[in-house]
Amino acid sequence: MGKRNLLLEIGLEEMPARFINDAMNTIGSRITGWLLEHNIDFGDVTLFSTPRRLAVLVKDVAESQPDTVEEAKGPAKKIALDEEGKWSKAALGFCRGQNVAPEDLYFKDIKGVEYIHVKKHIKGKPAIELFPELGRLAESIHFPKSMRWGNNELRYVRPIRWITALFGTEVIPVSIAHIQSSNKTFGHRFLGEQIPVLAAEDYEKVLLGQYVIADSSERKSAIRDQLERLEEEKGWKIPIDEDLLEEVTNLVEYPTVFHGGFDERYLSLPEEVLITSMKEHQRYFPVKDQHGRLLPYFVAVRNGDHRHLETVARGNEKVLRARLSDADFFYQEDQKLDMGEALEKLKAIVYHEKIGTLSQKVSRIRHIAGMIGRRLEFGENDIQKAERAAELSKFDLVTHMVGEFPELQGIMGEKYARQQRESEEVAMAINDHYKPRHAEDSIPRSAIGSVVALADKLDTIVSSFAIGLIPTGSQDPYALRRQAAGVIQILTGQGWDLSLNNMLKDIIKIVQKDLPQADEQLLNDLLPFFKLRIRHMLLDSGIRHDLVEAVLESEVHSVPQLIEKASVLNRHKEDPDFKETIEALARVLNISGKAEGDARVDPSLFENEYEQNLYSCFLELEESYKAGTGMESRFEELASLRKIITDYFDHTMVMAEQAEQKKNRLAQMKKLSAYIGDFADMGKILVK
Amino acid sequence: MNIQEMILVLQKHWSNHGCILMQAYDVEKGAGTMSPYTFLRAIGPEPWNVAYVEPSRRPADGRYGENPNRLYQHHQFQVIMKPSPPNIQDLYLESLKLLGIDPLQHDIRFVEDNWENPSLGCAGLGWEVWLDGMEITQFTYFQQVGGLDCKPVSVELTYGIERLASYIQDTENVFDLEWTNGFTYRDIFFQPEYEHSKYAFETSDKDMLFNLFTIFEQEAKRQMELGLVHPAYDYILKCSHVFNLLDARGAISVTERTAYIGRMRSMARQVAKTFYEEREKLGFPILKQLEKEEEENGQA
Repeated sequence: MGKRNLLLEIGLEEMPARFINDAMNTIGSRITGWLLEHNIDFGDVTLFSTPRRLAVLVKDVAESQPDTVEEAKGPAKKIALDEEGKWSKAALGFCRGQNVAPEDLYFKDIKGVEYIHVKKHIKGKPAIELFPELGRLAESIHFPKSMRWGNNELRYVRPIRWITALFGTEVIPVSIAHIQSSNKTFGHRFLGEQIPVLAAEDYEKVLLGQYVIADSSERKSAIRDQLERLEEEKGWKIPIDEDLLEEVTNLVEYPTVFHGGFDERYLSLPEEVLITSMKEHQRYFPVKDQHGRLLPYFVAVRNGDHRHLETVARGNEKVLRARLSDADFFYQEDQKLDMGEALEKLKAIVYHEKIGTLSQKVSRIRHIAGMIGRRLEFGENDIQKAERAAELSKFDLVTHMVGEFPELQGIMGEKYARQQRESEEVAMAINDHYKPRHAEDSIPRSAIGSVVALADKLDTIVSSFAIGLIPTGSQDPYALRRQAAGVIQILTGQGWDLSLNNMLKDIIKIVQKDLPQADEQLLNDLLPFFKLRIRHMLLDSGIRHDLVEAVLESEVHSVPQLIEKASVLNRHKEDPDFKETIEALARVLNISGKAEGDARVDPSLFENEYEQNLYSCFLELEESYKAGTGMESRFEELASLRKIITDYFDHTMVMAEQAEQKKNRLAQMKKLSAYIGDFADMGKILVK
Repeated sequence: MNIQEMILVLQKHWSNHGCILMQAYDVEKGAGTMSPYTFLRAIGPEPWNVAYVEPSRRPADGRYGENPNRLYQHHQFQVIMKPSPPNIQDLYLESLKLLGIDPLQHDIRFVEDNWENPSLGCAGLGWEVWLDGMEITQFTYFQQVGGLDCKPVSVELTYGIERLASYIQDTENVFDLEWTNGFTYRDIFFQPEYEHSKYAFETSDKDMLFNLFTIFEQEAKRQMELGLVHPAYDYILKCSHVFNLLDARGAISVTERTAYIGRMRSMARQVAKTFYEEREKLGFPILKQLEKEEEENGQA
């Protein structure tokens, strides 16, 4: 059977850079999935993408589906044959339905009954006849943001302008949004032109001749190479921000790196301001010297070749100059800042319609930070610092600089606070209280910063819950889940054994002053919400599902402890006696459920040494718990009871006939189970 | 090329491509989009191709004529084409060539930028067009106007005249731009820039403005009830400008701000709906006329 190469290219108006990779991969997997589903054999798959195209080249695609044989089952023999042993109407009807001759019928036994059957030879269809369906595949891709255009009903990432679809050299008729496929593609918007692709496999080469590097990873490495060459030539360091590189790669079809400069006097602006102006606003790479100091240069990537690169560089310099001169103006204006005035202005900024102003929020954060500091037994000095940092945590939102560069919130706060002679810890905490800013971010650098960060996040969560903003399903507009994950990250990172339960109770009281509707009922939503975050975190860190469930069943006294418990179990899960340990402990938990009334153990009622043994061990356990031990040794202590418990059950009937004995033994079980259950619900752990 | 020549070139170009050349609409507004030639005409099924220069007032951006880039009032060259033609990007790039910007000598990019105007219930997807890193045009496919889905979709091009001119004339300060032979931007606009800034930030009568907002709002609603879309819309524009003046004056707290925007949005939604209904009552005349023409052409 013959094979040909398959090419599908969707030509679009410039797609947003951030959607391109996903879209390319989706189209690729849809097409290969479709080929598999249709039993069409194929070889290597290459994916291409630029801002203006998504393309898939599949090598060695079979020209037709293979022929197949299918067996069809008809009526039972007794129905298929009439009294004279000839084919009945039913059998003939079956033949017509299957489009076969009666001679081809045969009988086959299925569970003792014979049925007529027939083998049908199905000829595979030529692939080219099936390919027009590729249009439907490409059309049905979902984008995070899509649009309509012209008179079209279709929603797509950006308007589709051409379709190139080839099977070998033959055009596959595909139609999307009134666009018909052809063998013509378009080159670079300015350096190229419309051009035919005569055979599918020529695609990449044809486009390269048209100033389009269709393979995005090649474009990326071309940019990387050019950056390195420039570094070498100039003796610069150009730190590569991978996200920026990725974005720039997807903003151009034919990358050419160039550089420009700016006035040295702007180097007196904070580095973050310069970097934000270059990176976020202009997609430039900042340039540093060998010691990591910023230099008054930038590097950018043009969509085109070397011609007139000087004009492009001058134009970009002009734009950056205007931006930096604005930034400089705002920075100078902010130097006139009066902290008191700034805090006053927070009264006029609504944080959330139903929650109140930023000023109110700041005052709550301050209270909460103080409360947490006291729970952590901070010294009075540190508590004051935490409260001061909390008070100043949002002041930079009213500065010109943050007004212009919102992404610098916190960063400017730290700088300006230092200029205003706030203490170093306070300045750092102002910046750090936003940390962790995203899942990969670190926690605040100091304990004070961590306290303020906890206070801000917990206040946001509790006050949002109070007004009914509880995340459901995909709805989490205020990113409360992220905030909760941040709380967990900080508590774990600092190893702070704070009771979430008690802390939330205190915060509800503080929030209550501004939002009277906040009451302890909220805990019914808050605690499961936090537990769910912990669960995700544990699962993400690779801890086995059943172990996670088991520790989450225990009371959450402290987040770090809970997490430690899970990792202790995870560490021990392959121990040779793990199964026996868990079974023994689970047995205690299980039977203790039958205990009633108060659990008082009377040793004088013990009938055998095993009861006595268990009791002595239990007393030891109680003592060492009082002394406070880590989770690892707690587990080891519990595990050391394994043999004692097994022996106990082997020789002792807990549910004794004598009521007094039964009660005493259940009491012993209950006491012990309090310690076991505090570690985890062992019954949830799967042991084989 | 001076600004006057630029405008002439753009007008000629878009006129050649079937746009009606309109004059600026004579009610104050913050952006060309707010002109009824855009806002109202983007609604409903009737085709609509126009181009016009729109002076746009943004009181809070006033800088007493001292800032080289920021202005109380700037100029937008606005193009609307409904339905958006398939070759719209090419038409646009052609206009840049006519302005002397050869794409081969520059770096021209279409960078994602999604546009929203919550106070008008508008949303669109598109790009800002970068010329060597400078944003020179907003390029938007309207998806929603006045809370109504756009069918067909209009494309809106908004050229920032001053931005573009400062590139073409290679000046650092907007006031140094040549408007036409012998006249700079400063000659024409410096005094109004200064005076309007002073007015917006210092001398405007807040109480009067608050009163005006209420009066304009009432009138807009009353006219809407009568089905008189255009007078109603004029008053909505007036509300918007008064709001911008109050905002520049710092007279509106953040809470009130949300409330005012809400009031304007609800009027904008209502006027959009009323416009649609009124056009429908008229049988969408432009659409009907076009169909008739096509029929006649078909017969001929």
